[in-house]
Amino acid sequence: MTEETRESGRRPARTLVAIPAWNERGSIAAVIATVREHRPDADILVVNDGSTDDTAALAQAAGATVVSLPFNVGVGGAMRTAFLYAKRNGYEALVQVDADGQHDPADLDRVLDGLAEADVVVGTRFHPDSMYFVGGPRRWAMVLLSKSLSRMNRGPISDPTSGFRSAGPRAIDLFATDYPAEYLGDTVGSLAIAIRRGLVIHEVPVTMYFRQHGRPSKNALWSALYLGRASLAILATGLKGKSTPRSDAA
Amino acid sequence: MTAQILGVVASLLTFVFVFWMLRRGSLQEKYAVLWLAVSGAALVLAVFPGLLRWVTDVLRIETPSNLLFFVTIVLLILVAVQLSYELSRHEARIRRLAEEVALLDSEIKALKDDRDVR
Repeated sequence: MTEETRESGRRPARTLVAIPAWNERGSIAAVIATVREHRPDADILVVNDGSTDDTAALAQAAGATVVSLPFNVGVGGAMRTAFLYAKRNGYEALVQVDADGQHDPADLDRVLDGLAEADVVVGTRFHPDSMYFVGGPRRWAMVLLSKSLSRMNRGPISDPTSGFRSAGPRAIDLFATDYPAEYLGDTVGSLAIAIRRGLVIHEVPVTMYFRQHGRPSKNALWSALYLGRASLAILATGLKGKSTPRSDAA
Repeated sequence: MTAQILGVVASLLTFVFVFWMLRRGSLQEKYAVLWLAVSGAALVLAVFPGLLRWVTDVLRIETPSNLLFFVTIVLLILVAVQLSYELSRHEARIRRLAEEVALLDSEIKALKDDRDVR
């Protein structure tokens, strides 16, 4: 680093990889390492969402910047923190990667490159080459969500609950102040907000592994609740007044 | 007669309890005022049951207790909705504070590290 750049402060890289993490000690270091391998130019931010294990220390040791929330607020809160960080530090692109190793960092380029023509790019698990499959009520729920969001978007969003997605400057601006914290709001609800504000949303195919740690519960009752809450999230955004400058805005 | 005594005692107790909480500072005025008014009204009705009967007649309702229950339920629902609203607002604010704390905390750590390096 030359004297001159030190003078003007560290110039942030343009791309931020945001990893929300809650008790992910088993996978966090490996995820950071693979991300670095594929995008050495990007800064890595781990939002430690009130972990009770040593996720934060491991992430720090792996070379990521760590922001620690004082208690668990859920993925939505963790992501809004990441968007705030991105906005205040002048990043032009933010890409979200899950800490549990479900996402393949080899797809990072594709998800980020899509930002050339869109404000938000969603990595979709549902495409002809995908190994990802869900069945039963959960599948119906996802199809219905996808249909309604695609119609709002006037373009396909086949996997609205995907957490592998990127955001450009306009989306970073929006999400830094308005990002839902409720369950499912962080994925489905945030897309609805973006569509409403006239942001352009595209999707690209990505590989998704089954989660390595933890076990998602997927019975019929769970799916019904899931569908209900997601529909509510979309409806609420759709009915919300056009001008919603929030009093708790940044 | 027993019902009347019960009503007087209950509303008096509520009134005193709310007032005590208000004095201790464990209840904010904006909430205390509501409950003081409610228990005050209940006390008046318990002392003068004729009042309730009169209002019931005016509104052409069969039994006084029905009017009482109806008003009570409506009031409780309104209070519950109001509390849910307050709770939502507070959750949003606490979340925002948590985010700010997290960001400030990381900035302070970065500054300290910078200082230690020099």
